[in-house]
Amino acid sequence: MRRWLVALTLASAAFAQIPGDARVEERLRDLATELRCLVCQNQTIADSNAPLAIDLRQQIRTQIGQGRSDAQIRDYMVQRYGDFVLYRPPLKATTALLWGGPLLLMAIGVGVFVRLVRRRRIGQAQELPAARQAEIRELLGRD
Amino acid sequence: MRFLKFAIPLAVFLVLLGFFAVGLVRDPREVPSPFIGKPAPSFSLTQLHDEKLAFTPEEMKGRVWLLNVWASWCVSCQAEHPLLVEMTRQKLVPIVGLNYKDKRDDGKQWLSRHGNPYVLSAFDDEGRVGIDFGVYGVPETFVIDKQGVIRYKQIGPITPETLQQKILPLVRELGA
Repeated sequence: MRRWLVALTLASAAFAQIPGDARVEERLRDLATELRCLVCQNQTIADSNAPLAIDLRQQIRTQIGQGRSDAQIRDYMVQRYGDFVLYRPPLKATTALLWGGPLLLMAIGVGVFVRLVRRRRIGQAQELPAARQAEIRELLGRD
Repeated sequence: MRFLKFAIPLAVFLVLLGFFAVGLVRDPREVPSPFIGKPAPSFSLTQLHDEKLAFTPEEMKGRVWLLNVWASWCVSCQAEHPLLVEMTRQKLVPIVGLNYKDKRDDGKQWLSRHGNPYVLSAFDDEGRVGIDFGVYGVPETFVIDKQGVIRYKQIGPITPETLQQKILPLVRELGA
């Protein structure tokens, strides 16, 4: 009985260390967190439990095993599901407004703010009546 | 100058209004197919009713046809199924079924219960062919032309409106 137990423990130890598989799972996780689950759409393939996500994870695992690169696997997905499957939208002519939009809006906002402040300052300087200006000049001249 | 102060916010508002008007009519969950205008992916699957027979889309070259993705577990498929049965009864366009992620017996039973409008059904139990076509939900329908190029993808069940306004005109245009 003891010999059997020892043999079993040793055999299970052989299964404990499979560096290849761990690396595959790591690559799978990296890729899966970059891809969108088309069913849930707000989750990545890594997070989603939708049947399609499970299928696609398996698909990625198989392709990693076949030696495909990350770029090739990503292309495989984009070819079938379009750019929307990438969680981070690619920078293309069509997405330029998406990426640049916030910066553009901020620039416009800052521009409007600067113009507003400058105009108010000029307005303030001009609003003082002549008599007051003379008084100020006199006061300043005194020192 | 005073006019501009009034006109610019109004213009921005009108532009936004335009975007909202278009956006509210569209379905934000719809993912357009990158296959429109591209050849349908090739595949070979067994047929649902006879696993000794195979089907490849090449067999349909020279004809305009529909590839309808369905499953016995799919509730929305029941909504469009009577339309498909009627289309076949009127011999409008050949429809090939893609039985997606199903069990053979369940698929066959479902068809005998709800009617079988399909020329044949290809049995895609693992969903691999579905992935190759970019299927992300059931039902979906592809309109494929005589050269085997995908011309239109219907996401979700076919409604009488889409049938009359999009699918049938396209099928006629492609020269069914």
